[in-house]
Amino acid sequence: MFENIALALQGVWSHKLRSVLTMLGIIIGIASIITIVATIKGTNDQIKNNLIGAGNNVVTVQLQKDGYAYEMEYNELPSGVALLDEDMKEELEELPDVEGVGYFRRRNWADGVYYRNTAYNGSIYGVDADYLSINSYSISYGRGFTEEDMAEHRKVAILDGSVADSLFQGVNPIGETLEIGQEPFVVVGVAAQKVVNEAVIETLNDYYMYMNTGAGKIFVPIDCWDVLYRYDEPQAVCLKASGTDAMTSVGTKAADLLNGRAVSSTEIAYKADDLLERAGDLQNLSKATNNQLLWIAGISLLVGGIGVMNIMLVSVTERIREIGLKLAIGARQRRILWQFLTEAAVLTTLGGILGVGFGIGLTFMMSRVMGTAVSISIPACVIALVFSMVIGIVFGLVPAVKASRLNPIDALRHE
Amino acid sequence: MILQMTDICKDYPMGKTMNPVLKHISLTVEKGDYLAIMGPSGSGKTTLMNLIGCLDVPTSGTYLLGDVDIGKCSSRQLSDIRNRDIGFVFQSFHLLPKMTALDNVALPLLYAGVSKAERKERAREALETVGLGDRADFRPDQLSGGQSQRVAIARAIVNHPRLLLADEPTGALDSASGAQVMDLFERLHVDGSTIIVITHDRGVAERAQMIRYIKDGILTGGDDGE
Repeated sequence: MFENIALALQGVWSHKLRSVLTMLGIIIGIASIITIVATIKGTNDQIKNNLIGAGNNVVTVQLQKDGYAYEMEYNELPSGVALLDEDMKEELEELPDVEGVGYFRRRNWADGVYYRNTAYNGSIYGVDADYLSINSYSISYGRGFTEEDMAEHRKVAILDGSVADSLFQGVNPIGETLEIGQEPFVVVGVAAQKVVNEAVIETLNDYYMYMNTGAGKIFVPIDCWDVLYRYDEPQAVCLKASGTDAMTSVGTKAADLLNGRAVSSTEIAYKADDLLERAGDLQNLSKATNNQLLWIAGISLLVGGIGVMNIMLVSVTERIREIGLKLAIGARQRRILWQFLTEAAVLTTLGGILGVGFGIGLTFMMSRVMGTAVSISIPACVIALVFSMVIGIVFGLVPAVKASRLNPIDALRHE
Repeated sequence: MILQMTDICKDYPMGKTMNPVLKHISLTVEKGDYLAIMGPSGSGKTTLMNLIGCLDVPTSGTYLLGDVDIGKCSSRQLSDIRNRDIGFVFQSFHLLPKMTALDNVALPLLYAGVSKAERKERAREALETVGLGDRADFRPDQLSGGQSQRVAIARAIVNHPRLLLADEPTGALDSASGAQVMDLFERLHVDGSTIIVITHDRGVAERAQMIRYIKDGILTGGDDGE
């Protein structure tokens, strides 16, 4: 077998130009498949990362009604929803794949928040002691919330970086007083979220799809909420899952648990923001168009295969005397068959290797020139190599069978 | 007894009719014989060689090579028999152009499943036997016609066949090289090889121990001829 491969490689080498021309179809086909798959995978990874934020793995579970998030700022307090208590939090923490649970309340568009005479138009969060760490916030300067802040309902606030920049404009915010709902809140710290994956924003659509945090966030202790807004407003929950793939199941289980414990209404229910599902929808959209490209690349492989068959038939004719001699001195038909099959497979596999190489090069060139997101898929490379070998075997079969069935007498006498 | 052909006929289709090429041929060869089969072109001698060499099977009659009935063998069995029992020498050498002399000689051993190291060793021995031990790494295009034919003979004897079968072995050689080749056959015969030479050249035929004649598909001369 190895001898056959070595012989076949010699054969390829001794007909360099012919071999390369024969392999061209395979090279082009494989290279385009590698490139297309890399583009699909790159786009998908980008969508997933933008939506989910790789490494953060936080699922938000909040009330939904008729398929939309139930926003307290526009709606009445929902009936039939109880407040979440510490027992439920412990139960949530014991769910499989859950690494941490935080309660929070939120206004996406805060009103009545001022620093001196400047109004703030970002969002405001009432958070419990776990919220910030679960969402990978760390204190940049100042301090975080203490147990006393929480227990004594102190009117303190933590800002994120963009609020610190936009509202205070160079003034050190620590110790300054914010007016929130006509109550004074002392800024004690500035926090920054560890950015694991910055969303890639290229178009306005991308911006609307991924960016909802641009205007900044202000955090206050969750129990101060009753001072600012409504006292018994149901909380939302954020859960840190152990991995990105566990996010969906964690979200579903947490929502089920909360619905069983706290919700008696049929109109409103806790539901997880299923980012994976949203990512999947977006990915399918790009997949459909790219599948057509894959078919076209497949046709190029077919044409390449026919080229290989053609050249192998020529090769058999050229070597009829050699085949005749081998048969005469005792080579079995099967050996001749394998010799030519190996040769065809070596030829196309070489083409496959070159194709993968060119494909990877082309992929990086594309990402450089056109700025597309790409990600080389190792399984795709392996499958492409195996597939190119299979093409050799399939299209080499006819010539190989023809060679092995030659009559040694006629073959020896062939001029 | 190495070989026994009894009442062999071989027909080839010609248009719609069958054309008899060999007619009721009987032939016995004993171990150590050196036999020449002579005949003009078109006499059927090539067909006879193909049958003896197990490249083809007879239409009727029985051919025993050793104790094997060739007429009943599958194509795969025939391959193995050609590999094991027959050493072919062709008029046009039929060396593979991209291989060295040594690899050419070792080729039958490859098909016999001999290990690589042993193949090299035995091929080298065979090349020594034909006096070309120093040409082992030459390619056919670096060898003269006489040398090429001797390499081909080394390939024919490398697997120690029962029968050495030569088809016009000097046909493509000048007379000096031809004489060398015939000397080599004689030496192999003296060393115990069984040899059949098929030729139209009387000079070649007369080097053999005995001569049989073939004409119009009929074999004459010798003890068991008609």
